[in-house]
Amino acid sequence: MVKSGTLILGVAAQLLLPLQLLFSVFLLLRGHDTPGGGFIAGLVAAGGFALYLFAHGRRALTALLRIAPRDMVGLGLLLGVASTLPAWWRGEPFFTAQWWTLPPFGVALSTPLLFDLGVYLVVLGALLTAITALVEIDQDDVPS
Amino acid sequence: MQALVLGGFVVSGVAPWLHRLMGGRAALLLALWPAAILAWLLGQWSGVVAGEALVSEWAWMPALDVSLTFRLDGLALLFALLIVGIGGLVLVYAGGYLRGHSQLPRFLVLFLVFMTAMLGLVLADNLVALFVFWELTGLSSYLLIGFRHTDPLARQAARQALLITTGGGLALLVGLILLAQAGDSWSLATLVTRGDTLRAHPLYPCLLAGILLGAFTKSAQFPFQFWLPNAMVAPTPVSAYLHSATLVKAGIYLMARLHPALGGSVAWTLTLVLVGGVTLVLGAVMALRQTNLKLMLAHSTVMALGVMTLLLGVGTRTALTACLVFLVAHAFYKGALFLVAGILDVSTGTLDITAMGGLRHALPGTALVAALAALSLAGLPPTLGFVAKEQVWATLLTSDPWGGVALAALVPAAGLMVAVAAIVAVRPFFGPPVATPRAPRSRPSSLLLGAAPLATLSLLAGLGPGVLDGLLSAALSAIGAPGEAPHLALWHGFGWPLALSLGGLLLGWLAFRHWDRLRGWLEVGLAPWVARGPEVWHAALGWRTLQLAEWQTRWLQNGHLRSYLAIILMSWIGLVGQALVVHHGLPGWPSSGIQAFEGMVAGLMAVAAVTACLVRSRLAAVAALGSMGFAIALTFVLFSAPDLAITQLLVETLTVVLLALVLFRLPHFTRLSSFRQRWRDLGIAGLAGGLVTALMLAVLDGERLPRISDWMVSQGQPLGHGRNLVNVILVDIRALDTLGEVFVLALAATGVYAMLCLRAEESSWSSPAP
Amino acid sequence: MEALLAVIVGILFAAAVYMLLRRSIVKLVIGLMLLSNAANLLVFVTAGLRRGAPPLVPEGLAAPPSAVADPLPQALVLTAIVISFGVLSFAVVLVRRAWELVRTDDLDRLQDTDR
Repeated sequence: MVKSGTLILGVAAQLLLPLQLLFSVFLLLRGHDTPGGGFIAGLVAAGGFALYLFAHGRRALTALLRIAPRDMVGLGLLLGVASTLPAWWRGEPFFTAQWWTLPPFGVALSTPLLFDLGVYLVVLGALLTAITALVEIDQDDVPS
Repeated sequence: MQALVLGGFVVSGVAPWLHRLMGGRAALLLALWPAAILAWLLGQWSGVVAGEALVSEWAWMPALDVSLTFRLDGLALLFALLIVGIGGLVLVYAGGYLRGHSQLPRFLVLFLVFMTAMLGLVLADNLVALFVFWELTGLSSYLLIGFRHTDPLARQAARQALLITTGGGLALLVGLILLAQAGDSWSLATLVTRGDTLRAHPLYPCLLAGILLGAFTKSAQFPFQFWLPNAMVAPTPVSAYLHSATLVKAGIYLMARLHPALGGSVAWTLTLVLVGGVTLVLGAVMALRQTNLKLMLAHSTVMALGVMTLLLGVGTRTALTACLVFLVAHAFYKGALFLVAGILDVSTGTLDITAMGGLRHALPGTALVAALAALSLAGLPPTLGFVAKEQVWATLLTSDPWGGVALAALVPAAGLMVAVAAIVAVRPFFGPPVATPRAPRSRPSSLLLGAAPLATLSLLAGLGPGVLDGLLSAALSAIGAPGEAPHLALWHGFGWPLALSLGGLLLGWLAFRHWDRLRGWLEVGLAPWVARGPEVWHAALGWRTLQLAEWQTRWLQNGHLRSYLAIILMSWIGLVGQALVVHHGLPGWPSSGIQAFEGMVAGLMAVAAVTACLVRSRLAAVAALGSMGFAIALTFVLFSAPDLAITQLLVETLTVVLLALVLFRLPHFTRLSSFRQRWRDLGIAGLAGGLVTALMLAVLDGERLPRISDWMVSQGQPLGHGRNLVNVILVDIRALDTLGEVFVLALAATGVYAMLCLRAEESSWSSPAP
Repeated sequence: MEALLAVIVGILFAAAVYMLLRRSIVKLVIGLMLLSNAANLLVFVTAGLRRGAPPLVPEGLAAPPSAVADPLPQALVLTAIVISFGVLSFAVVLVRRAWELVRTDDLDRLQDTDR
């Protein structure tokens, strides 16, 4: 039931995934100024991957991701915790936001952005873990 | 001073290692630790006697006003000397007593932990630190009583002691907190200066009751006295150290320490004199009923503790002096006698006095120690016991109106103590030899090495009691009775005290001569009272508690989720509903415009929710939930929450994905509840929903406090550099919350993943599928 | 509108409680979903509603020129929505596993199936 094999869905998923991922990154980066942010962006990306999963199956998704969803969760938590530390290093209270501007491009980098990235990864990783887990149960159940 | 005290914990930690290294002799080496403290304490003697208190402060939890400040004044020095002095001797003794015992390392650890805790208890100046040490002594006492943990009797006695002393400890905690509230300080040194304020405080009866309960349970006062004789199943060094010389005196210490703060009121005097009087009479009578040497000594300890409580209750300066002298004398002779009992036990294999006799040839040293200590117990010259007893008589003869009552109880009791002393010192050692279970033979010299100094101290301190004058004077001024030093002397000349002593002696001699008959009479006569005594109350209370617990577990925790939920919800509805109606009244109906479109969205939500409950098909239920979710998303759009709307929409989509994956792998809806259950549940549900609505209306209706979010709105851009305020709150202002929430999400994912792993493990176990 | 939504939230709560009290394990999950939605809506509504004023600061300004909707409950509800989804997925997998192992959807019988 999982791998439908419909041509239209397969092609659509293939085409939509990059767009959805791009959109999610856009939402992530612009989230501080307009509606969006780590949670929403993570959900959008998870939706894209879920579509791909339905169209092409779990193996294809695993091959595409290269990194296990649960590692994504861990990485996200690590980023979230790491973003608390620079303030300490600067002698300010724990978790105080730090802002830097990288000179060559004028790109603003900040711990809230780092933190949002961590949130993004955790949301994406957690949802993908749940969904792939359920798909795996199914595939084990269905006698091939 | 902290290092000196808390170092004991470190020393106890290395004890097992030391034992592995050098076997039974480790106890001798470990005894150097209390000896070192003893030397240090003696070094402080002159300063403390001169009236200086040594204070060493150490903030522990400054924010809570809890410190580990130690204060060495006269009273603390007196107790600390007894603790480390007797502790060291008993440690030496225990090395011989438990030689070759496989659990000796455990004993050493517990013993040193107890000693350290006891030392901390008498030195602590902060109420919280005092309580912590107090409980630590109780805990180590529990473990030491249950040292022979394979014996069910030992386990039972240990549990009983733990329940009673920690039960009292709880009352003490309440009392100490109230004391700190009433006296506005956590420091003992400050509190003892505020006696008048405390005694006039409305909380005084409550805090006094709590503190006295704690002290009475610890010091085995009636009606809690029964745990102490039962605790005699512990190894004898424990009985000698914890249950006669130190631990049980913790309650006396506390009452003495708080005497200037709490003492002197009618409630204090009446309670202490009455309880102490009943305890001492009970202890004296019960002691004569025993044939087991340790039990006899234990009951006489109860009697001694009663005397000290009574003297504290009388509370005059001479009474306090008598109390302290008696305390020191008792620690010396009772410790020595217990150690003698232990020697007799290991030499002859019995503790039954009637089964011993004529041992003076086999154990001459022990007989001498026993005789010296018994002289002191009987209060005969030239021992410290005599000095103490004369002091007690002199006090009670001069103090009105309690002196007469106290004397009436004390003189016969003292007579009975003389009989006990005679029985303990004479029966085993003199008379014709009696065949004991084991042929008496001499035991390791370390046993006598532990016991002899205590007996010798009884004698020396009796010959020259003036040594104690300075220390007593310092201790008295620490407990609010300053003045010129008391002059202890062995010989006070002829007078009423001596006459009373002689009267007691006569009574004791008579009781000793006719002990066998007296014991038989007491055995029969007291049996019905013992069978209805406090120990039985305690047992019944424990049994009833278990019954109640079992009953309420069967009734409330029946394993049905829905009955738990129903009980929780009904309590919530009852309590919150009552509070709402009583404190707020029924909420009004705020008038605000409703646009037709919004009304439709809201209606859709309600209809979808109800549909989800009513339909019989899983798919329909999920569809209904989906439309409810989209209606909620629409509500978010309508009321200016774009982020929420997007999130809700995405989550709804993913929920559909999730449910599509599992829905048809789940069981069908089944109707399991009866018609009546459904209506009952509907009633609960309706009430809960109604209460939520009422609460929300009350909130919307009520006054608004200034919002914290106003600050967030105004500062979000300047400080957070973001124009989407929701996101600024999420990742900056309340980022710690978000971090926690992200962790929850990760936890849920881990749980899902773990269930997968579990499955893989199980499938490898299960038989291959057909 | 707040009052109307308060009534709706009450209905959602009632529906959630009713479903939670059922013996069927799937209905329990539905009750859980209803409950989380009801709770989110409760927080959102009791903070007060405002039409057409999202909590965004226009470009170039330090603060919104006029009053905006309260961003704090929105932030709280946003995380709650995502977390309730995480919890839902956990519950669904749990129910799925329980069904697989014990083949009963009667909560009353689950307690007898401890092995």
